[in-house]
Amino acid sequence: MTTELDVDQWLDANWDPDLAVRAWWQRLAEARLSAPMLAPPYGRQWDRQQTVELVRAMTRRGALGPPSGIGMMLAVPTLLAHGSTELVETLVPRILDGSHGWCQLFSEPGAGSDLAGLLTRAERDGDEWVVTGQKVWTSTGQYADYGILIARTDPDASKHRGITYFAFPVRQPGVEVRPLREMTGRAIFNEVFIEGARVPHANVIGQVGDGWRVASTTLMVERMGIGGATVAAPSAAVPGTVAGHLDRPAGSFGQARPVIDESMVSRQRVRALVDLARQRARLADATVRQDLARLYGLVEITEWHLARMKSGQAATGGEGNVAKLRNSDVVRLARDVAARILGMHATVTGPDTPGGGMWQELILFSPAPSIFGGTDQVQRNVVGERVLGLPREPGPPPDTPFRALPQNTVPARSER
Amino acid sequence: MNFAFSEEQEELRRSVRRFLEDRSPMTEVRRLMETEEGFDPAVWDQMGNQLGLQSLIVPESYGGAGFTFVELAVVLEETGGALLGGPLFPTVALATTALLACGDEAAKADLLPGIAAGETIATVALTEDSGRWDLDGVTLAAAPSGDGWTLDGHKMFVLDGHHADLVLVAARTAAGVSLFAVEGEASGLTRTSLPTMDQTRKQARLEFSSTPARLVGEDGAAGPVLGRMLDLAAVALAAEQVGGAQRCLDMSVDYAKTRIQFGRPIGSFQAIKHKCADMLLEVESAKSAAYYAAWAAAEDSDELPVVASLAKSYCSEAYFHAAAENIQIHGGIGFTWEHDAHLYFKRAKSSELLLGDPAYHRELLAQRIGM
Repeated sequence: MTTELDVDQWLDANWDPDLAVRAWWQRLAEARLSAPMLAPPYGRQWDRQQTVELVRAMTRRGALGPPSGIGMMLAVPTLLAHGSTELVETLVPRILDGSHGWCQLFSEPGAGSDLAGLLTRAERDGDEWVVTGQKVWTSTGQYADYGILIARTDPDASKHRGITYFAFPVRQPGVEVRPLREMTGRAIFNEVFIEGARVPHANVIGQVGDGWRVASTTLMVERMGIGGATVAAPSAAVPGTVAGHLDRPAGSFGQARPVIDESMVSRQRVRALVDLARQRARLADATVRQDLARLYGLVEITEWHLARMKSGQAATGGEGNVAKLRNSDVVRLARDVAARILGMHATVTGPDTPGGGMWQELILFSPAPSIFGGTDQVQRNVVGERVLGLPREPGPPPDTPFRALPQNTVPARSER
Repeated sequence: MNFAFSEEQEELRRSVRRFLEDRSPMTEVRRLMETEEGFDPAVWDQMGNQLGLQSLIVPESYGGAGFTFVELAVVLEETGGALLGGPLFPTVALATTALLACGDEAAKADLLPGIAAGETIATVALTEDSGRWDLDGVTLAAAPSGDGWTLDGHKMFVLDGHHADLVLVAARTAAGVSLFAVEGEASGLTRTSLPTMDQTRKQARLEFSSTPARLVGEDGAAGPVLGRMLDLAAVALAAEQVGGAQRCLDMSVDYAKTRIQFGRPIGSFQAIKHKCADMLLEVESAKSAAYYAAWAAAEDSDELPVVASLAKSYCSEAYFHAAAENIQIHGGIGFTWEHDAHLYFKRAKSSELLLGDPAYHRELLAQRIGM
């Protein structure tokens, strides 16, 4: 398919660093360029290559990228797949133009790998549901207008059947968002405490009791994203009414990338690492050469694998899991070879260090990609059971009511 | 780039698979691996007459079918999965690719039609005692003699060298490394079968003593020819490795579903399940690498040298890992002669080393991406 729009021409006519973020994102959304891989009416059904070219064109002229984050990445595809027409028409446009920020309210202290063991409950009250529970690992929760939330609506149903999926308004009494400081020293994530908060019944995505199936779509999209299938322009502006970025000039954000992007090792990053090794006279070291070649190969294979998926030739059904597992390997390998190239410089952080501090960030972030979005171990279970057809671990009969199952527990946290 | 195999290519895959199931089942592989020749001439003839496998990448002008490297990769993935023994690989992936690259019209016109017709079994003799796959390892001497040349010295690890009708020999002249064609029955050529660890892939030591040879291409100009051959052969071998690795995964998964210990199928234990999942990850990655490399070969892309080494290094490790894990998952039965797992283990290890090991190819890759 040829690009029916001249991207450079469009950017010449529309990009203006003095525009407010709100107005700039509005233009992108109206031109169906905030998520061009989507089908009309929201996108242009572009392929990966066309989208990459758009991102490149925007990066070249320093244009602010479209709104990014959980809304764009996870809520839009889930809403489009399962949401009612009314819900889609209400919520999707406001994600695409950045006027609403979103977060993901899935994981709980007692429901990590066993996500379907979640205890947050939602009880029907007229046209509303009343939600109580605790969520965790909520990135951008502090900026979110909405959250994609899964909660138990029927504890008498079996574990996977009693869950319902909501588009949950976060800014309301009964919702408290507390930052969670990670080992990097940053607080990308939050804990979210929910006590008697309300969500309209009209905000149920899919059917009541069918939330696990809807969540599976989200999780699949998430795995694919972590595995590199998502093409996103760098955008340091945070969407939504809370962060306060919408009224700032679009040109004031520079080219800073979101920190979570440190988990991605792109072709460009590999080239940067080779250059770093050259600058630091480390290319004569055979082990560095071996590992850089291995890393280069894995990143190329990731790209080819995505191309093969697009062509329909890699139809094991586990493409997202495979992509996510490979990404964990890539990140670990990049971490190790970067540390070897930097030597003692890897032990000092900050923008004045060789490589500008990016590799130290990656070293500290490296344990995350093999945990978030489903641990490597859970991915291997899914591949083993759903793709290869291996038997599940023995457990209670699948129709056992959730109420009758042994409960997950959380070991007490030490005093902090 | 289009990764999708066409319906014709899928049909080719199906017919080769059917042929191999019928004519080269594991019982035949085992029978033939115990023989010195290592293949069944009747099956070789059928491969040529019925399926035209020897002619695939030979252009029609030389009596071939004029298909691309993608079709060849499809075929080799199947033969690799079935552990087909015999001289298909050296004939099509070594001798044919070298001849196609040699730029010597007379040699191509003389030698390619016999290969395409399935009448000539051909191989390339490159490696010597050093086992090196680069041209610096070539020391065998060639000297002018009358109208032609004679060779003196010896070659090692020559695939199917003990029975090939045509041996293309890399030898050193005053002008540098050159390529020569030697007839299998040439005078002064002594061929000795080697007891290969992988009995499904035969090798020979070739001793040359004033052996008459025909210069193929320009004197001293074999470097780029052999370089091209080695890149294409690496892609071909990667395709074979993908087929073998997939078979190891299939065997492991089938066994894990049916073997009961502690009252459960062992595949329900995460220790085993996760091994299988990792094998799937690597097999799928190997496919992406091998298919991309086959496409690059078919398109004669500038990327070929990079992706050939990338595919060879990745697919070698993926195959050997799958073959070793397959034995581990099978436990004791996997270590027996009776079980087929060791045949894949041996093929995987020999293929990992053939044409240069993964570390060697990663170093080539490093050089080729400008490191």
